[in-house]
Amino acid sequence: MIRKTVNNVQEALEGVEDSMTFMLGGFGLSGIPENAISELVKRNIKDITCISNNAGVDDFGLGLLLKKNQIRKMISSYVGENAEFERQMLSGELEVELTPQGTLAAKCLAAQQGFPAIYTPAGYGTEVSLNKETRKFEDKMYVLEEAYKADFAFVKAWKGDEAGNLIFKGTARNFNPNMCGAAKVTVVEVEELVPAGELDPNQIHIPGIFVQRIFQGKDYEKRIEQRTVRPKR
Amino acid sequence: MALDKNGIAQRIAKEVKDGYYVNLGIGIPTLVANFVRDDIEVEFQSENGILGMGPFPFEGEEDADLINAGKQTITALPGASFFDSATSFGMIRGKHVDLTILGAMEVAENGDIANWKIPGKMVKGMGGAMDLVASAENIIVAMMHTNKAGKSKLLKKCTLPLTGVGCVTTIVTNLAVLNVTEEGFKLIERAPGVSVEEIEKATEGKLIVEGEIPEMKL
Repeated sequence: MIRKTVNNVQEALEGVEDSMTFMLGGFGLSGIPENAISELVKRNIKDITCISNNAGVDDFGLGLLLKKNQIRKMISSYVGENAEFERQMLSGELEVELTPQGTLAAKCLAAQQGFPAIYTPAGYGTEVSLNKETRKFEDKMYVLEEAYKADFAFVKAWKGDEAGNLIFKGTARNFNPNMCGAAKVTVVEVEELVPAGELDPNQIHIPGIFVQRIFQGKDYEKRIEQRTVRPKR
Repeated sequence: MALDKNGIAQRIAKEVKDGYYVNLGIGIPTLVANFVRDDIEVEFQSENGILGMGPFPFEGEEDADLINAGKQTITALPGASFFDSATSFGMIRGKHVDLTILGAMEVAENGDIANWKIPGKMVKGMGGAMDLVASAENIIVAMMHTNKAGKSKLLKKCTLPLTGVGCVTTIVTNLAVLNVTEEGFKLIERAPGVSVEEIEKATEGKLIVEGEIPEMKL
């Protein structure tokens, strides 16, 4: 067994520097790497480029990095729900590259799997395809989108073992598996870290080969963005 | 009388057939789930990673790890599955999802759609809309026929930045059901009590009216 465990978030983020490009898993506030974000805030890492589907809310998730002006550029598909984001974008402090959600996932997956680029129909004929190569396959037009290049991928999983094997939970899975192995270093935080042999190999979502460092996360808030319920019968 | 949002959803629900996998957008499309016949089997997909989406949870049973594309807490029905974002858009791009229902700000007579950006206003992003419209073969747009200023949303050409080109097949509005054809918007049904003239007046793009136009049955 090749051991991937590190003791804590401090060790997990060794080598993180200003001006790097990070991938961060999560959809809305679900499945975001809360511990890694807190540590990036604490270390005041600056001029970051973030590849993340969303940008958090004002006081949680990536909003915490935005508030301290640590992010130079966001690559996302949807960035509503964040007033500070809007202010920085309109004032020009923050660069934003909006990318269709499926294309964003595909560009992560391409990086993970060694494809330099992929063709997607999404965004053809829109401003997303401006200055990009396009090509026709069987009467339909596609846009060439290049794989992302990132220094670190910060991933949140539900359970993981010492070998870096991962299991995700519910819709907190989202972009997390696609980002594993898509950056030079993949750092995974889990709610439950278990010894090798405790997870059923049949149930593993992401094998440890895509993971460099794994640690037991702590103090998860797991905030709900839109609490919607129906009354009890 | 023109339909309200629930009426539009109710009419669209008739297009949801037994055995369909369906992706519902935010707004009126979400309401469609309330009107689908309960004697057919349908699974709702939410592009953040669930098939077999169920209703909102009972109070106290919300789970931060179980949300829909609108970030609302939801439940999973028996037979549901979870998957990653690349797989989710794989099932959309690969045309495994049978029907996509989404809202729009403008639709053009050639099937172009604009629904993500208004120049001069804060841009929130396209989310999964561009992937959905570029890939789905069966796209129903749910929207009001005119905007708040009374201007037609069914145009010769979209004025807003596009979400996708030549992709819309059917439009259901508060006034009518229309198909997008090579010649323009073909009027299929009128909302109860709404005249062809009213629909013509509210449609800027080319409207094709052939023969007697029936009223919608809800």
